[in-house]
Amino acid sequence: MRRPVILVVAAALALSACSSAGPSSTSPATSPATPGSAAAQGALTVFAASSLKEAFTAIGKAFEAANPGVSVTFNFGPSSTLATQIGAGAPADVFASASGKTMDTVAAAGLAPSRSNFATNSLEIATPPASSVAISSLADLAKPGVKVAVCQQAVPCGAGAQTLFTKNSVQIKPVTEEVDVKSVLAKVELGEVDAGIVYVTDVQAAGAKVVGVVIPADHNVTNKYPIAAIKGSANAATAQAFVAFVLSPAGQAALASAGFAAP
Amino acid sequence: MNKRGRSRSTPPWPVAIPAIIALAFLVLPVLGLLIRAPWGRLIELLTSRTSLDALRLSLVTALSATVISIAIGLPLAWLLARAEFPGRRFARALVTVPLVLPPVVGGIALLLAFGRRGMVGQYLDSCCGITLPFSTPGVVVAETFVAMPFLIITVEGALRGLDTRLEDAAATLGASKWAVFRRVTLPLIGPSLIAGGVLTFARALGEFGATITFAGNLPGVTQTLPLAVYMGLEGDPDQAIALSLVLLLVSIAVLVGLRDRWLRTGVAS
Amino acid sequence: MTGVVARVVLNRGDFTLDIEVAVAPGEVVAVLGPNGAGKSSLLRALCGLAAIDQGQIVIGDVVVDDPARDVFVDPARRRIGFVFQDYRLFPHLSVLDNVAFGPRSAGASGGKARDQARVWIDRFGLTDLAGRRPGEISGGQAQRVALARALAAQPHALLLDEPLAALDIATRQDVRAELRSHLRSFQGPTILVTHDPLDALVLADRVVVLESGRVTQAGTTAQIAQRPATSYVAQVMGLNLLRGQASAGLIALDDGGELHAPDHLLAGPALVAVRPTAISLHAHKPEGSARNVWAGHVTGVQPIGDRVRVTVSGAPSVVVDVTAGAVVELGLVAGSEVWLSTKATELEVYPG
Repeated sequence: MRRPVILVVAAALALSACSSAGPSSTSPATSPATPGSAAAQGALTVFAASSLKEAFTAIGKAFEAANPGVSVTFNFGPSSTLATQIGAGAPADVFASASGKTMDTVAAAGLAPSRSNFATNSLEIATPPASSVAISSLADLAKPGVKVAVCQQAVPCGAGAQTLFTKNSVQIKPVTEEVDVKSVLAKVELGEVDAGIVYVTDVQAAGAKVVGVVIPADHNVTNKYPIAAIKGSANAATAQAFVAFVLSPAGQAALASAGFAAP
Repeated sequence: MNKRGRSRSTPPWPVAIPAIIALAFLVLPVLGLLIRAPWGRLIELLTSRTSLDALRLSLVTALSATVISIAIGLPLAWLLARAEFPGRRFARALVTVPLVLPPVVGGIALLLAFGRRGMVGQYLDSCCGITLPFSTPGVVVAETFVAMPFLIITVEGALRGLDTRLEDAAATLGASKWAVFRRVTLPLIGPSLIAGGVLTFARALGEFGATITFAGNLPGVTQTLPLAVYMGLEGDPDQAIALSLVLLLVSIAVLVGLRDRWLRTGVAS
Repeated sequence: MTGVVARVVLNRGDFTLDIEVAVAPGEVVAVLGPNGAGKSSLLRALCGLAAIDQGQIVIGDVVVDDPARDVFVDPARRRIGFVFQDYRLFPHLSVLDNVAFGPRSAGASGGKARDQARVWIDRFGLTDLAGRRPGEISGGQAQRVALARALAAQPHALLLDEPLAALDIATRQDVRAELRSHLRSFQGPTILVTHDPLDALVLADRVVVLESGRVTQAGTTAQIAQRPATSYVAQVMGLNLLRGQASAGLIALDDGGELHAPDHLLAGPALVAVRPTAISLHAHKPEGSARNVWAGHVTGVQPIGDRVRVTVSGAPSVVVDVTAGAVVELGLVAGSEVWLSTKATELEVYPG
């Protein structure tokens, strides 16, 4: 699943090199450098939500290809944990989280003066292939004996799951609240649970390892993903360049092919 | 002043400085915990629903893990120390594996063995509807896996160091093998058995990686103290710190209780 | 209670132990031999801590070990009491509970076992020590506790492994005397193993000499002392044991003669032990500090190894070990008249 993304990114790069289309940004304060700018170099540390793993890894490679001299290191994890770490002084240059709420934590500490929403994600039910339990809708998860895994409440996908259940008036008692969305996915892949609430992008990334059950858009919950350059970063220019890259057509194409919706 | 006397009491600087650094390194984090703890809100935090659930669950599971470790670990220790059987050395090496295995790896291994689709777990599920993951017994399984080797090693060491001549004497006085074990062997390895049990309990109480991977995380069912601390870090750091204090207290109690008896073998008194 | 009849064949690696021994109830047999002779192996086989390769062990009419018929009874069921050389008292139990261990193992309740134990503790004079731990009593006291513990289990036979070896010389004499009276009152057969001939002479009725796994001589102590079959026996069993009546430092010997003893307190029947090397021979009546001087005539001269054993008849009759040179110098032959002397301090006196 990743190679097509890289191809798309490379194609988009080629396209964007010829165009001067700007990123769709909600905040006017950013001054993005175009790809290939001499200002982008050095080492960059990006803290990103677990659900961004596949898409951002591809984006990182493309960014390095476009900016020789830059090396991007990722720290993927639950958005809330990352926010806490940044608040405690972890050396992040960029933070991309799965919810505005977790970004608020960082902003409250004055560390994210400006942010941009770069993607949207919605939830999906993941089930193990060859499962003996038939799941076709959210209501099936409420049946007795069905084991459901969700993310812990502090994490965007966990809070999202709670909202999902409330919105659809289903009484579901999960058997576990995992640390992050990838852990939920792992439990589904191993067949330890009958269903897990994960993101659409996670189902896509897992490929044949899980079977997705789509939740209709009007019943679903969506998360907006904000990204911000962290204040006090050692490499502010490169950080800004990365943010711009994510918001650029190249970045957006990569996110789209991973399953994310437009911000 | 006698120069010889002085040199014995004052430590030499090349030794003292690194030693002080080592001590500071070990003590400062603990001090940090104690000083920055929310002492004012401590009672309120510790009596919250989450805390009480975690405390109760941890106590129950760690105690169960200790009891099970003794029940099946003591016979294994006895066999390893006393019986001759093929593959004994291999068995003894296997027993130490959970000690060096990263706990998360242990959790994964447990899933592959006892999970719903695991080697053994699938039969447990199909025949008797027993699934260990995401259940409190699952927590006990995870904790026993990581903690039992402590008990086995401590007791095996004690049994090896025991003078079998005393057991011979008991036999000549008419004591059956079981009576010899109950009235001579067991009392003599008693201190080591207790030390092993305490170590096992402490290890079981502090287990995180295997528990969260195998048993999952659900307040009241599988969310033990360490899990609650980890989860609490994001939402309610004060509560996490308060629970951490509890774990610290238990650790200190274990240390004080064991003092210098760590892995002492043989006869007490 | 009937005795022990055993033929023990045990392969020990460096040699094979092959010994036949039979002990009647009430009898005390000493197995005497140098270190490494197989004495401890014999005891281990008899009590069941080791299995024999060939032969048969019968204790009180019960066959407890017979490899040919595939019979082997566990030590716990053999009713053999064992007093170990290192006593092996249980360090975690008090003296009382140590002695009560046997009755407890036989099924008595805690209280009853302790009552039975108290009888033995009183008999052995250990009442004041009943509450103490083995770590808090002396060697001699521990020996008594070990014996009391073995006897309290009411064994059909008693085995003792070098019972006095762990004691210092000063305590040994007293404990030996006590042990003698306790063994006399035990009604079953007793086998004691030792390398000290004095133990054999004082404590046993019969002696079996074991060298390198084989019996080299067996008989009463007198027989063995007078006619040693090997140089080891001769060296080790050369000892004079005389009986008499003691009073005020003088012992009137049953067979005639009188000896001055080092101990003035003893009164009543006594046993006197004098080593052949502690007696000097003189051509004429000697003067000097030795308190015991008497006359006799030589009845036998026997070279043994590097010395000569001279049997002298007199009041008392004794055997004396001297060098070959002394024999020549004094012109000792059968019939020679000699004077004998020995210091009072060379005598070991036991209440008889």
